[in-house]
Amino acid sequence: MYSRGKEKTWKFFVMFCGLLMIALPIAIGVFLAIKGNALFYHYHHTLWEFLFTTTWKLKDDLTGGGQGGAAVFIVGSLIVCGLALLIAVPFSLAAAIFMTEIAPKTGNRILRPAVEIFVGIPSVVYGWIGMTVLVPALQSLFHLKTGRSVLAGGIVLAIMIFPSITTVAADAIRAVPVSARMAAYGLGATRWQVIHQIVMPAAKTSVLTGVILGLARAFGEALAVAMVIGKTPAFPKGIFGQTATMTTVIASRMAELMEGSEAKAGLWTIAFVLYLISLLFIFLIHLIAAKGAKKES
Amino acid sequence: MTEIKNEQTKDLTPSRGLIGRAKAVDRIWTVVFYLVALFFLLLLFAFAGYVIIKGFAGATPEMFRFDRNGIGNYFFNTIYLVFLSLLISVPIGVMGGIYMAEYAKDNAFTKFLRIAIETLSSLPSIVVGLFGYLIFLVATHSQPSLLAGSICVAILSLPLMTTTTEDALRSLPPSYKLGSLGMGATLRQTIQSVLIPACVPRIITGVILAAGRGFGEAAALLYTSGSDTNIKWNPHAWINPSLNPFNPLRRGGTLSLKTWSSFTASVGAEDVANLSAAILMILVLSFSLLAHYLEGRIRKKMGDTK
Repeated sequence: MYSRGKEKTWKFFVMFCGLLMIALPIAIGVFLAIKGNALFYHYHHTLWEFLFTTTWKLKDDLTGGGQGGAAVFIVGSLIVCGLALLIAVPFSLAAAIFMTEIAPKTGNRILRPAVEIFVGIPSVVYGWIGMTVLVPALQSLFHLKTGRSVLAGGIVLAIMIFPSITTVAADAIRAVPVSARMAAYGLGATRWQVIHQIVMPAAKTSVLTGVILGLARAFGEALAVAMVIGKTPAFPKGIFGQTATMTTVIASRMAELMEGSEAKAGLWTIAFVLYLISLLFIFLIHLIAAKGAKKES
Repeated sequence: MTEIKNEQTKDLTPSRGLIGRAKAVDRIWTVVFYLVALFFLLLLFAFAGYVIIKGFAGATPEMFRFDRNGIGNYFFNTIYLVFLSLLISVPIGVMGGIYMAEYAKDNAFTKFLRIAIETLSSLPSIVVGLFGYLIFLVATHSQPSLLAGSICVAILSLPLMTTTTEDALRSLPPSYKLGSLGMGATLRQTIQSVLIPACVPRIITGVILAAGRGFGEAAALLYTSGSDTNIKWNPHAWINPSLNPFNPLRRGGTLSLKTWSSFTASVGAEDVANLSAAILMILVLSFSLLAHYLEGRIRKKMGDTK
């Protein structure tokens, strides 16, 4: 039945839901920014202190006057995520190539669903297995005092981001025109030569997008890392050392701190930095895509 | 035949060593790719198998009970929380998808909207959880609740629902829409009674995927839903609303939070955590297999009609 009122309400609701998608990320950013700003405006810490000093001793009361250097957490996140990428990227690329170039049939029927299942496994399960299996294994394998280490965090994160990178990389490789492959095969190239010199260079930019998506996921992962990395807020001494990351400090400290206190304001600031970093990743992905499009045209 | 071929290769290529090496390298890499693929399949099976077997091996019958000592109530909370979150995210997400596919114009604003959806989908779940904590607990001075947790999970699954709906709408044959509009239906009527019904299978696949992810969510619930639970199944106890299992404003820890809290808890909680992880794993596996199966069926059907 046609009625003008119905059409109008319908359109209003549809527009409203569309706009909500814009409003939500902005609202999240604004609220975190307001809370995080307290560290600088209310408790008079400087941005320099926050980013480049290493003592994180904020007071859990309203008077303030502690030290708020978050460099350890920022560097900790960078190291653990970098290590995860180092481990995950070669495996992801190999799995993606297997799915598309080596055995597309088995790849599509078995490996692809398996990879998709990997994506869905909850992070706490990864963390729990990391804590009960991986950590003791590392401990006995390398004769450590405790297996909780940057390495354990890197391995757990690598397993978690491997599926995301693989899926995007496989799509990217699939998008390379068949004619490019055929031309190379026609010239007598072996399969490896085609993969190495034709397909991968052509898929490079899109694969990079997948790597960044994986990195973004690694940066934001909190609980799985917290379960295997230990709680030492200091720079790690090698890959067997312990450290803390931006997400683990939030996950382990937020609940116990007083609302409005200096220490809690510091954690809100770290949360805002996490938000900014995920914006940065989105920006990077678009930058790469734009560059790739430019090259093609 | 092959002999002639070999002869030709011999004659035409002066550097046979080069070709031999290229072939050897090719073979080595093929083996490497097979090994990596095999390694991951084994890892997945070993991982899933280990979690499930270990969880049930250490379980006692008491653990399955729906009371203070069992994890039955946590199981109920997990399902109920995801159900509540879907009640929020499915309508909003589907409407958002309709907007993107049918109403959004191809301009800078829509581009911005797309980036916003992308941002939302890549936000760390702990950041969304902190936002929920800020809005629903700190700002309103209220206690952790299932509702606050489910809104956070809903925010996390909104981008998935939106993009699923948009893709589903876009993949419909244009004749559906044109036919309906040609009969004199308005765009709203067309969407409501032609396009959306045709998209239902795909949207359901999206809902199942979203549910599967919701079950395992923990970081977003850490500060929003409360990690323990004390519900009672005896209706006489429901005079106190915080004991009523169906009250969305009560606290409610989920299986994932149970697993997480064993990390900080004292010794002895290990068996419970193992079982929680195993049940989570089964939930997630069955939901993603179901989604995969449905997707395969949809693809097959689409192939048939074409």
